[in-house]
Amino acid sequence: MCLAVPGRVLEVFEESGTTMAAVDFGGVRKKVCLAYLPETGVGEYVIVHVGFAIQRLDEESARETLATFERMGLLEEEFGDGFEAAARQKGVEA
Amino acid sequence: MKYLDEFSDPDLARRLLDQIHAVTTRPWAMMEVCGGQTHSIIRHGIDQLLPEGVEMIHGPGCPVCVTPLETIDRALAIARRPEVIFCSFGDMLRVPGSHDDLFTVKSEGGDVRVVYSPLDALQVARDNPDKQVVFFGIGFETTAPANAMTVHQARRQGIANFSLLVSHVLVPPAIAAIMESPTCRVQGFLAAGHVCSVMGTAEYPPLAERYGVPIVVTGFEPLDILEGIRRTIVQLEQGRHELENAYPRAVPAEGNPAAMAMLSDVFEVTDRTWRGIGTIPGSGWRLAPRYAEYDAELRFEVDDIRTDESPLCRSGEVLQGLIKPHECPAFGKECTPRNPLGATMVSSEGACAAYYAYRRLDLVAAGEVGS
Repeated sequence: MCLAVPGRVLEVFEESGTTMAAVDFGGVRKKVCLAYLPETGVGEYVIVHVGFAIQRLDEESARETLATFERMGLLEEEFGDGFEAAARQKGVEA
Repeated sequence: MKYLDEFSDPDLARRLLDQIHAVTTRPWAMMEVCGGQTHSIIRHGIDQLLPEGVEMIHGPGCPVCVTPLETIDRALAIARRPEVIFCSFGDMLRVPGSHDDLFTVKSEGGDVRVVYSPLDALQVARDNPDKQVVFFGIGFETTAPANAMTVHQARRQGIANFSLLVSHVLVPPAIAAIMESPTCRVQGFLAAGHVCSVMGTAEYPPLAERYGVPIVVTGFEPLDILEGIRRTIVQLEQGRHELENAYPRAVPAEGNPAAMAMLSDVFEVTDRTWRGIGTIPGSGWRLAPRYAEYDAELRFEVDDIRTDESPLCRSGEVLQGLIKPHECPAFGKECTPRNPLGATMVSSEGACAAYYAYRRLDLVAAGEVGS
């Protein structure tokens, strides 16, 4: 749950008075709150935890980390369906 | 060395391990605080690649696992109310309360929803003005800024049907509690990288000094963990005990000042009970009084919580590093991911879940655990 996933900022916009961004995580696109890193620009990489960018990251590190997480199945765990995962663990239909 | 080829850079892993072996002259015991690091260590067999006598003690850094049973029972009671939509991270669904879990509440008709971000729960509140929307706000310092911002937004936007059930926990007081324990064997710490991405590193030098332990801020990938271990052992061998940052690409010394400012606006420090461990002074955050109207604990009166912890479950000892998961007699027998007795068996950061997923067959083969 403390996993934070690097992603690339595709677009920055305002929503309800808060700076938000569209972020790409190796093909998965999510809306992310940029309020804690408001200076971040399009094309930069950020580390995102539960929908919030918490730090910037250089591109090379971000790409390496994403490849590692993909290989370990952590992206599916982070962005997959929580009920399906829980049902699988319990051994029942979701 | 069966696992080395699974590292992203096997040559670098090899070099780090060679350095660790070269520098180590005696046994050392160090704790990785974070449950995400525990999973990485067990999955990649990092503990089995270390020199004889170097032990990784698994720490309490699984927020789902240490959320107090009383709070889980309270969450279940609130989630059952017909006027409530209860939103949570998916990791919480199968955490056993005294009698059942959120997954069961959902299957019995409760409106339990898994969200990726607490801001998604706020959107659920906007979309359902005739419902009470509650978000289960758990986690360490990494997660707290998200929950803080969500409550702040709820107040700013006047979304009155939203509330937060808060059970945040903090790493530095837990390190102090571990070091104060008379049974403590920990000689060094790998500190949780993403906690420090938010909070910076300033809280740790005083702990390293007071308890005479090296503290090395460490990332989550296998190579990061090897580097954290290497730096900790170098300090131990040289008789040093300092804060070192082995994860500077994601951890500036000052952390994230904007997040820290929001945290101090929305939360205040409180004593917190850690499941299986007990109360640790000053080890949690709760909503500050000016946000009291968004506190689900105050909004929903839940009487008559009588917690009933499994007498077989020894997750408290696992979380304190006193036993390894397979040393619990219930491991893999009465307690499995399908039928868990404790949260450590179901969380993706729980040590018991890591041993069950990656070590059970080895343990069975070695006769240490029954099949």
